[in-house]
Amino acid sequence: MAAKILDWLDERLGIKTVYDTVLDRDVPKVNWWFTLGSASLFLLVMQGITGIFLTVYYVPTPDHAADSILYIMNGVDFGWLIRGIHHWGASLMVIFVFMHMLRTFYCAAYKFPRELTWVTGVILLLATLGMGFTGYLLPMNQRAYWATTVGTEIAATVPFIGTFIMRVLRGGMDISAVTLARFFSAHIWILPAVLVLTISIHMYLIVRLGISSIPREDD
Amino acid sequence: MAKSPHISRSEFVKITIGALGAIMGVVIGLPAIGYLLSPALKISKSEAWVSAGPLVNYPIGLPTLFSFTRSKINGWEKTVSSYGVYIYRETEDLIKAYSNICTHLACRVNWIEDEEIFFCPCHDGGFDIDGEVVAGPPPRPLFEYETKVEDDTLFIRIVEG
Repeated sequence: MAAKILDWLDERLGIKTVYDTVLDRDVPKVNWWFTLGSASLFLLVMQGITGIFLTVYYVPTPDHAADSILYIMNGVDFGWLIRGIHHWGASLMVIFVFMHMLRTFYCAAYKFPRELTWVTGVILLLATLGMGFTGYLLPMNQRAYWATTVGTEIAATVPFIGTFIMRVLRGGMDISAVTLARFFSAHIWILPAVLVLTISIHMYLIVRLGISSIPREDD
Repeated sequence: MAKSPHISRSEFVKITIGALGAIMGVVIGLPAIGYLLSPALKISKSEAWVSAGPLVNYPIGLPTLFSFTRSKINGWEKTVSSYGVYIYRETEDLIKAYSNICTHLACRVNWIEDEEIFFCPCHDGGFDIDGEVVAGPPPRPLFEYETKVEDDTLFIRIVEG
């Protein structure tokens, strides 16, 4: 019965071809360092799911942000777990994405024909750091406030247009309700959209080109 | 086939669609950019003489912190910003007022009496009693506010924007 349903679906969707191409493709003999991309993807999905759960209670205004997070931590059943996964997953993701980049670099896997996989990977690294930067402000406590003060001041050190960049990031001269609102928007809409689009290209390229093998001594 | 001097039907359609697409892109794109940048483009300038209280409150030779708050409208919200100004009376009449904002990345400096230094805890920046950089990464001396004394009361000129 199950096989019949599968055949019916396959005839219309071509899912077996998708399965063969995406999951059953040939890969060279590699090691555990080659799992970091999948690990990053897994963490991203976890961040997405726990992040969506957090928005059920979190409120992005200076008056209520810290209190709504306290409520998630102390008032909501398993709130500590959802926020804990999101909190630790964020740091882990930066570490994993970075190690993934190091592996690609040291294995020279960025070379022809995989240059665009590298370029999209760089965008993904920057977007991941952007997620970390914008997410850090959201609790709107003292640590978040001062970290964002320093972070946006760093942007202000760019020659000529630095102050303008800082104003755009903050939505004005001060860190205010406007800043929190636009960081929240960037954190849950703009950057995730960039991530999903870029990952689609990144993974299409991996499936299309395959992964490179570990370089040998004579390479 | 001889090349026609006129553009073909499909070329015409391509050019027209390209041009219309570009126009639509600009008509939608420019307002979108303006929408996102808007709060950064509205610069409100303000200045005021803030009273720092009677001059006798500030001992000669010792930088003393004067804190106050000012509120400003950011978007829809009234943001209350804290200010810290170190008043340093070098002599009876020579008064300096330093902002406590570190010129490196805007953390707040503290006067450490034992070491005679304005110290920034974020990246170990240090300024001497004249506000000059003596340690760490700050690129400029501490900002100095304009001061005046009227009826034995000290005033500081705050300029924002």
